[in-house]
Amino acid sequence: MSSELMIEMKNVHKWFGELHVLNDINLEINKGEKIVICGPSGSGKSTLIRCINRLEEHQRGNIIVEGTELTNDSRSIERIRGEVGMVFQQFNLFPHLSILDNCSLAPIWVRKLPKTEAKEKAMEYLKRVQIDDQAHKYPAQLSGGQQQRAAIARALCMEPRIMLFDEPTSALDPEMIKEVLDVMVGLAKGGMTMIVVTHEMGFAKEVADSIIFMDEGQIIEAKNPKDFFDNPESERTKTFLSQIL
Amino acid sequence: MSAANKEIGPPVIELGVMGWLRKNLFSNWYNSLLTIFGLYLLYILIPPLVNWIFLDANFVGSTRDDCTNEGACWIFIQQNIKLIFYGLYPTEELWRINFVYLILLISGVYLLIPNLKHKGWVGAFLLIIFPIICVVMLSGGLGLEAVETRLWGGLFLTLVIAGVGIVLSLPIGVMLALGRRSKLPVVSLLCTIFIEIWRGVPLITVLFMASNMFPLFMPEGVNFDKLIRALIGVMFFSAAYLAEVVRGGLQAMPKGQYEASQAVGLTYWRMMALVILPQSLKMVIPAIIGSFIAIFKDTTLVLVIGLFDFLGIIQFVGTNPDWLGFSHEGYVFAAAVFWVFCYAMSWYSQRLEKKLDTGR
Repeated sequence: MSSELMIEMKNVHKWFGELHVLNDINLEINKGEKIVICGPSGSGKSTLIRCINRLEEHQRGNIIVEGTELTNDSRSIERIRGEVGMVFQQFNLFPHLSILDNCSLAPIWVRKLPKTEAKEKAMEYLKRVQIDDQAHKYPAQLSGGQQQRAAIARALCMEPRIMLFDEPTSALDPEMIKEVLDVMVGLAKGGMTMIVVTHEMGFAKEVADSIIFMDEGQIIEAKNPKDFFDNPESERTKTFLSQIL
Repeated sequence: MSAANKEIGPPVIELGVMGWLRKNLFSNWYNSLLTIFGLYLLYILIPPLVNWIFLDANFVGSTRDDCTNEGACWIFIQQNIKLIFYGLYPTEELWRINFVYLILLISGVYLLIPNLKHKGWVGAFLLIIFPIICVVMLSGGLGLEAVETRLWGGLFLTLVIAGVGIVLSLPIGVMLALGRRSKLPVVSLLCTIFIEIWRGVPLITVLFMASNMFPLFMPEGVNFDKLIRALIGVMFFSAAYLAEVVRGGLQAMPKGQYEASQAVGLTYWRMMALVILPQSLKMVIPAIIGSFIAIFKDTTLVLVIGLFDFLGIIQFVGTNPDWLGFSHEGYVFAAAVFWVFCYAMSWYSQRLEKKLDTGR
């Protein structure tokens, strides 16, 4: 596998008021790598990935995505957001647009694709997540699992080089989790660079190149899945694993 | 047991006309009392009203002496209809106003018919080209004789003021709402001050300022048309109210919508135009139309600065010695026309809400 550096975080810190939510984060992610981040709630895992596309602003350190450093310069932010797709816990589809329009909106207005081309491409990705038959419905008419797959398709339509997943299955009913995870596994096998915040340890075992455990804003442990589950070093990791497995 | 259950229908007492009456009008003693009282009120109000407006009314004739029946004298309205609808606009130029009405009517009907193509173009025409046509046609130019705005009046003037106020105040209100929520402190402060000043002042004061104070601040010789000054006053007044309505809609938007738009790379203005505003404006349609209706009725206040709007001219016509004593007819007619316009807006808003409903 090529080892092209996609994301680099160096000594990243962030505070919410007095609360130190990211404490000296150092992370390097290569092209095609799949990283799973887990940890107790409030550990800073969501904040970490939200810093990568500037939904949150880091206050110290450097974040470099595909050679572009994230600064206050809106052009660097726009460039990085064009390369990084994101899937949210609450799907966040646009409820006033059909599924097809949800997917083609950004390609038309950001990538400046002609309408027909953008819609063709959207249909292609909707087919890939197997909801092309729902393309003309509105988000409210779909089940949670279908909505999340539509949200994945929407992100993919921008043809990102990196995908961020922020607890993509936490808001889903149990019987719908699998259909979303299947799509994500397919994406991983296709070679996408992925950072996934999740507690789905089965998924982590199957696709992750490395699992990161975070607590109180710090990366406590980062290992390949086998070592992570079999020989966790820190006490906090052990406690966490015993609670969720 | 289950076999027996299949044959049981709803209790007979709840079926049919009697069932409906019992359930909705006479369910208990105070409900029955209210029903009877309501019927009595209708009985003492409706027949005399119908008699006065229709059955005993006078419809044919040309002077007050033709009003021999006891009911309303609609001849009064009929004889003054030109004044009431067009003010003092020169009779030979009235076709210009009617032409503008016609264009408005045709494009309006086109927009209301479902599933027609090119509605976007018709809308753009109405918003961009139609106003230019209006200015040229109504005030003159391009070979048309100039008609001073002091001759404008009646329903025509009401529609001009309300139309301009409504159409211009919405975009200004949206910008003010966005400005007030801006992260830039200067923009936010300026918008807040602007909104609060306009909202803190009664419309009558605004109109007085526009008509009497404003010229004092202008260099000598510079003279803005009084109507334009009133229009600007009404527009900003309405915009300040709309800004707060729109801000309410913006605040109801979940944070996730902003984040999702940013994550797919939309810039601020695209995010607002394509994702946030379509949803938040939809949420506040009832309140927006409420503001529009209020502004439509508030246009009657321009009378205080000497502009004769629809209601103003009806009062004025009532002071004509030939027609003294017919103010009831005038006010009833004014009320009916105002109601038609306001109800039309209300009807349209409900239709729009249904059409735009995509669930949540």
